[in-house]
Amino acid sequence: MRTRPLWRHVAGLGLVAAVLSGGVAGCASSDDGAGSRSGSGTYTIWDPYPQFDKGSAWARLLDRCGGDAGVTVRRTGFDTTDLTTKALLAAQQGNAPDVLVVDNPVVSTLAEAGVLVPNDQARIVTSAIEPNLLGAGRVGGQTYGVPIGANTLALFYNKAVLKSAGVDAASVRDWASLTTALAKITAAGKKGITFSAIGTEEGSFQFLPWFWGAGAQLTRLDSPAGVAALSLWTGWLRKGYAPNSVLNNTQTTSWQEFATGRYAFGENGTWQLANAERVGFDYGIIPIPAEHGGTAPAPTGGEFVTVPVQRKTSRYATSEKLVACLTNTGNLYTTDRTLSYVAPTGVVQAKQVASEPGLKVWVDAVRAAKARTGDGLGTKYPKISQPMWTAVQAALSGSKPPQAALSAAQSAAAAATR
Amino acid sequence: MSDLIRAPGEARRRRPADGHGDAAGTAAARAHARARPARARSGRWTAWAFLAPVLAYLVLFYAYPLYRNLDLSLRNYTVRSFVRGGAPFTGAKNYTTVVHDPIFVPALVHTMVFTLVSLAFQFTIGMGLAVFFSRHFRLSATLRALFLVPWLLPLIVSASTWSWMLNSDSGVVNAMLHRLGIGPVNWLTSPQWSLTSVIIANIWIGVPFNLVVLYSGLQTIPVSLYEAAALDGANGWQRFWRVTFPLLRPVSAITLLLGLIYTLKVFDIIWIMTRGGPAGSSTTFATWSYRLGFGTLLPSFGPGAAVGNLLIVIALVFGLLYVRLQRRRQSI
Repeated sequence: MRTRPLWRHVAGLGLVAAVLSGGVAGCASSDDGAGSRSGSGTYTIWDPYPQFDKGSAWARLLDRCGGDAGVTVRRTGFDTTDLTTKALLAAQQGNAPDVLVVDNPVVSTLAEAGVLVPNDQARIVTSAIEPNLLGAGRVGGQTYGVPIGANTLALFYNKAVLKSAGVDAASVRDWASLTTALAKITAAGKKGITFSAIGTEEGSFQFLPWFWGAGAQLTRLDSPAGVAALSLWTGWLRKGYAPNSVLNNTQTTSWQEFATGRYAFGENGTWQLANAERVGFDYGIIPIPAEHGGTAPAPTGGEFVTVPVQRKTSRYATSEKLVACLTNTGNLYTTDRTLSYVAPTGVVQAKQVASEPGLKVWVDAVRAAKARTGDGLGTKYPKISQPMWTAVQAALSGSKPPQAALSAAQSAAAAATR
Repeated sequence: MSDLIRAPGEARRRRPADGHGDAAGTAAARAHARARPARARSGRWTAWAFLAPVLAYLVLFYAYPLYRNLDLSLRNYTVRSFVRGGAPFTGAKNYTTVVHDPIFVPALVHTMVFTLVSLAFQFTIGMGLAVFFSRHFRLSATLRALFLVPWLLPLIVSASTWSWMLNSDSGVVNAMLHRLGIGPVNWLTSPQWSLTSVIIANIWIGVPFNLVVLYSGLQTIPVSLYEAAALDGANGWQRFWRVTFPLLRPVSAITLLLGLIYTLKVFDIIWIMTRGGPAGSSTTFATWSYRLGFGTLLPSFGPGAAVGNLLIVIALVFGLLYVRLQRRRQSI
């Protein structure tokens, strides 16, 4: 040690420090074997449903669709947050899957990257799909992929809490009546409303129904309507109608707060329906009200079935058969029931409501919903969403008033999307 | 790993001394070389063969990722060019973008405060505990083992637990404060407290490392020195400052350096507890780099890599400082 030359110290430290960069650089050079194909009769499918194992209805459906198309299907389930990077890397290495089921706001990113085949080229037909749900797949005059199902946000409410405070859920029609209800509930010693305002995409997703419900546009975050929406949330926190913990709530932790039974309202999604049956109290669901009444447009969630670019374009024909099989009326119905999603076609929606009348409120909410990357925003959306959630956090934590927070967000978004 | 790196180096250093310029490798190979020069070349090949796995490992897992990271940070990568290739070389543009970002100065300050405050507390507490446990008493081993618990837990577990404990509305910490008549503190959700909260959690996690290293350092100090000091009439405080502290200096220095590198790159605790928020109030370079690279729907790899490289440079600067201090100390 005593006589080691200086250069070796430097080199050694450099190597130790190199570990720091592991995160960013490691991803660029890693090669995932899951995408490699063993034979021409094998088609790979990636989906963001790691919760489904081999014996699940979803996995069996994939096998059946493969059988109908005369090929073997190899399926890999990824964590949804991993899937974007995984798909980009696989495309970079030239081993993208044949069919990729991916979260809808990611479609425009992947299309922009040239990873996806447009529907025209893959001969995918989308005529039955509700146009508002197809919005997330529209990039530069082309449409990419088919929605497999949609979810969106609404307000869950605890019937007992509302009753004890003397509030009728039907009276909640706009922001003013909701705030009045919250005031009554808080005065009765109960907790008002919980939502997720965390500093990630989830925070933006939950804020959008209020933002759009005021009539604001993502192209101008600091419009009076936008400020009104943020002021509504900020006011709830100041008055104690919403807990301070919303700033750190994911949609899951927000749901856990609602599931304690002490909250009157919880803003959450279709995917919580299965959990709602287990909370042990009577709950109801109302659409999120717009500022002056009516249903506010909530953002659409849910995945698209897409076809990534392959070197052998002859594979598209079989991929199209797989996509068509996954999204035909009968299969959509079963898949969307497993995922607790609302179907993307009017026919299946009607079938869903007929068998489960409770789904009507969700079907209505999905019909009013908008794609985050729609309105021609595409890949500009992520650059607007980040300043927006930062502004929400700044206003709710009290570090900036709503107007100042959104003005700062608007200039950041304008600079990023220029 | 350092042994592996050093071994060939030792041989190389001795080369001029033994007079045979082309001799290399182990002592055995050198002996052969002296006896039969014809076998010198094969000895060198053997040395390279022994070296090859290490070199391959270093190049594959360290040098190449570093190079890629540098490359990422010097080009304007969009998602399209990331997949298709052909990202234009833009020189230091990503770095200027990052430096002029309004988050840069707060993130730098947070990184410094987070690292220095964490280190100061971790080291002081670790030192205090190490000295405490070096006096053997009943249950000392058991208690010491208990102090290692934070180190053994997966970070996601400890960070989530801290996040529950510090929850504004249902956390146990606020419940206790309430009982003491103190109003709720928004540990994780107010810009004033979020950085403090993640620092507290990080100190808790870092104490065991300092305890273990300093404790083993203490074992190397001969008891006779303490006995001599006691005979000279030194009290406990003087024994610590005049005997323990100076003799632990080399161990302390490496503990602090390793702690610094660990702390600079701390990501999981902050991400799980606050996501760097609210509104960036606990964002450090590590969380910012992650957010740029992976935290949004549209990754910006270039700026993300640039921030990561800045972190490496900071770690390197402190490493060099350590080397300098070490050399100065040795030359005295």
